[in-house]
Amino acid sequence: MSENRIVINGNDFSFEPEETILQVASRNHIDIPTLCHLKGAAPTGECRICMVEVEGAQALVAACSGPAENGMVVQTESPKVIESRRMTLQLMLSSGNHNCAVRGSDDKDWTQFQLAVQKEDGSPQLCPVWGDCRLQDLAYRYQVSGERFPKTDTPYPMETVNPFIVRDFSRCILCGRCVQACNDIQVNQAIHFGNRGAATKIIAAGDRPLKDSDCVFCGECVQVCPVGALVEKDAKYKVRPWETKKVRTTCSYCGVGCQLHLHVKEGKVVKVTGAEDIPPNYGSLCVKGRFGFDFVNSPERLTTPLIREEDGEFREASWDEAIDLVAKRLGEIKEKHGGDTFGMLTSARITNEENYIAQKFARAVMKTNNVDHCARL
Amino acid sequence: MTNTIGCIEKADVILVTGSNTTENHPVLSSFVKRAVTFKNARLIVVDPRRIKLTSFAHQWMRQNLGTDVVWINGLMHVIIKEDLYDREFVAKRTDGFDELRKLVEKFTPEHVEEITGIPAQQLIDVARMYAGAKAGSILYCMGITQHTHGTDNVKSLANLAMLCGNLGIEGGGVNPLRGQNNVQGACDVGGLPNVFTAYQPVTNPDAVKKMEEAWGVSGLSDKVGLKVTEMLPKAHDGEFKALYIIGENPLVSDPDLNHAEQCIKNLEFLVVQDIFMTETARLADVVLPSACFAEKEGTFANTERRVQRVRKAVDPPGQAWDDWKITCEIATRMGYAMSYESSEAIHEEIRTVTPSYAGITYPRIEEEGIHWPCPAEDHPGTPVLHTAQFPIGKGKFHAIDYIPPAENTDEEYPMYLTTGRVIYQYHTGTMTRKTEGLNERAPESFVEISPKDAGQYELKDGDWVQVASRRGDITARIRFSDKAVEGTVFIPFHFAEAAANRLTHAALDPVSGIPEYKVCAVKLSKAA
Ligand code: SF4
Ligand code: SF4
Ligand code: FES
Repeated sequence: MSENRIVINGNDFSFEPEETILQVASRNHIDIPTLCHLKGAAPTGECRICMVEVEGAQALVAACSGPAENGMVVQTESPKVIESRRMTLQLMLSSGNHNCAVRGSDDKDWTQFQLAVQKEDGSPQLCPVWGDCRLQDLAYRYQVSGERFPKTDTPYPMETVNPFIVRDFSRCILCGRCVQACNDIQVNQAIHFGNRGAATKIIAAGDRPLKDSDCVFCGECVQVCPVGALVEKDAKYKVRPWETKKVRTTCSYCGVGCQLHLHVKEGKVVKVTGAEDIPPNYGSLCVKGRFGFDFVNSPERLTTPLIREEDGEFREASWDEAIDLVAKRLGEIKEKHGGDTFGMLTSARITNEENYIAQKFARAVMKTNNVDHCARL
Repeated sequence: MTNTIGCIEKADVILVTGSNTTENHPVLSSFVKRAVTFKNARLIVVDPRRIKLTSFAHQWMRQNLGTDVVWINGLMHVIIKEDLYDREFVAKRTDGFDELRKLVEKFTPEHVEEITGIPAQQLIDVARMYAGAKAGSILYCMGITQHTHGTDNVKSLANLAMLCGNLGIEGGGVNPLRGQNNVQGACDVGGLPNVFTAYQPVTNPDAVKKMEEAWGVSGLSDKVGLKVTEMLPKAHDGEFKALYIIGENPLVSDPDLNHAEQCIKNLEFLVVQDIFMTETARLADVVLPSACFAEKEGTFANTERRVQRVRKAVDPPGQAWDDWKITCEIATRMGYAMSYESSEAIHEEIRTVTPSYAGITYPRIEEEGIHWPCPAEDHPGTPVLHTAQFPIGKGKFHAIDYIPPAENTDEEYPMYLTTGRVIYQYHTGTMTRKTEGLNERAPESFVEISPKDAGQYELKDGDWVQVASRRGDITARIRFSDKAVEGTVFIPFHFAEAAANRLTHAALDPVSGIPEYKVCAVKLSKAA
């Protein structure tokens, strides 16, 4: 019977062959923290935050890549595990401009550090992803500050020379999720790990800016970055997570029908993210779906009915007047020339419900089957 | 699509044709790229341009424009000759095999090479690759349909899939990729001249009666209506009087724009309902402002027949209304009361008259969309079509011969023109061109050309060039590209100020009414 059994935190679970410790744990609602682990891609074991203690093993084991084994006894929050995670976090926090509140706010050094970061950031504000950062969350969870190690200088300047994505190397923890998102999920093969050792950097095409690489700005990397190293240019410092509400909907561009979240602040769409874990797109989007939403707020939107005057110019009209006019004119044309001289072009961009109403109007009111849309075009 | 997007990763051979997938359906293209990169799938790309996907392909066949029927028949020729087809599937599930076999006899690899330019040996290799698949998926898009014989192309692809038993199985299928978010849905709910919802023919008296009862009217027309491409010429002749256009911009998207513009100007009455003052709206008598996708509730059906929710995130600007509310109000004032409390109420009515949507309710698709057909509330939906049988029982092979494109190059117009999209823009650009970043990446129209062709006209990268066809001319910048094939230029159709459709040919496919956007003859000259 009990072929494939594993004990995690004192509880006994069954598992399938080839499952990792992390998979068994999360299936059973045991929370093992991860940073580099990316669903849909092979685990890289890059960040070491998911380390767990396995009875009888010499060293801690990475849960994201360590396979579950029969008879294994695992502790996910033992003192040893916690010590290791604290150390990992402390090293990460000292790796750059992690100026959210976790970096020793009671120290006089704070100001110095903060000033330095502000200068590099060009903003007096705290990190742009404050409140929406895995590293910050974990620092709170494990009660660490960035004080343990001195801040290492960031050798690479921020890249802002494209319309969509800001790459802030000073906050990169080199977890590699963006690289996996680009190569294993979207398969755009635009970014890679470059250089070695302390000089390691995520680079595009021979260390060129994204705009001169194979990057197509799908923004998958931004979505998966657990920290503030990759952020949407338009939203940076302007949109904080607690100021927005998210509305799940379907993309309005191509027929893939990606599921996405519209982030709304003060009645305006300010950011878009892919809805994760749900078909058809499982979190992925393309450049249009993610960044092409400005038309919603465009000042060029039509806001009032317009009627053409004798002199050929449009004038604003009330709904009442405009609808009366349309009803009257269509009624006359139907009367005089017959419904078949009328045509309805519905749209591949409006909803099913609206298309249904449009064709019903043509058929039931105008008594014609002259209904089509421009999809063939 | 007969299959799902997720199914693509289950195929072991994928054939992509007439689809620049990475630019037009980027997220779907990832499924293809992942299948090839990580799951050992073989990829066959058949496309005249060196599109991005060719760099992932095991075989790239580069056909002459408008010769698709030929290479498809050629593949079937080889597959039948080498006895690689699925005998059981053909015997049990299809009709018309003998006619097909006879017809493809003459499409020998050598004959195919003459017409398409595809090397005979490559055709044979590709035939073996596709026929060798356990599950072979065919993906296609406008590069297949936008021809005078587009319907033939589509039927030929279906022939090929049936011949190899690739229908009704996971990872297989014949999968058209819809270019616009709700093309599928617009068709499903009757936005077509020949059918009511769920493709019930308007010529079927039972369907007419059913609708009359559901809608409480009498005298519905049982005559097939006009397609958009038929309405316009009739307007030109004065036979056609009024158009009500919702959310479309035919004055950038239609073929032979100069002519289309004349037709529209000739109408007695034009109503345009849109979110922007489009090129078409400018000609209207009445313009009605509507809400965009982020401002309303409803559903879209995606390319894999999945019905998904659309939700309201923000209020529409000014006095803009939901499209349905506007149309209902007009109907009501014309004496036919149409009033609904919400889009959900409309959806409930759709369910009653649309068998394939009958089981799809808003609560059921709250989290995840459902694939139609879904005939009942306890039905899970249908991700893969035709698993047991085709709607008409047996699948019919159509023996289809080759007809050349409507317009060919000649001395005066020596270059072919083909049109399409680029990743950073969408359709006629009314939406994408409002995002600065997208414009920065793709600011203007261009003429993609091979450096060798450019050399003949002494054109350099970035030069302004005038492109003229028998119907009109436009001016745009030259762009050298290794995507280009010699003898052919490519122009995206997003840009109204250099609208590719001033050049294109309005010759139509006789069945679908789709214009031949993908082939016409042009000449180039350096612009002053
Ligand atoms: S940019 Fe973000 S996702 Fe990429 S390696 Fe750095 S921290 Fe990780
Ligand atoms: S995000 Fe891109 S791929 Fe997805 S539906 Fe929108 S346009 Fe299509
Ligand atoms: S999550 Fe396991 S090593 Fe990063």
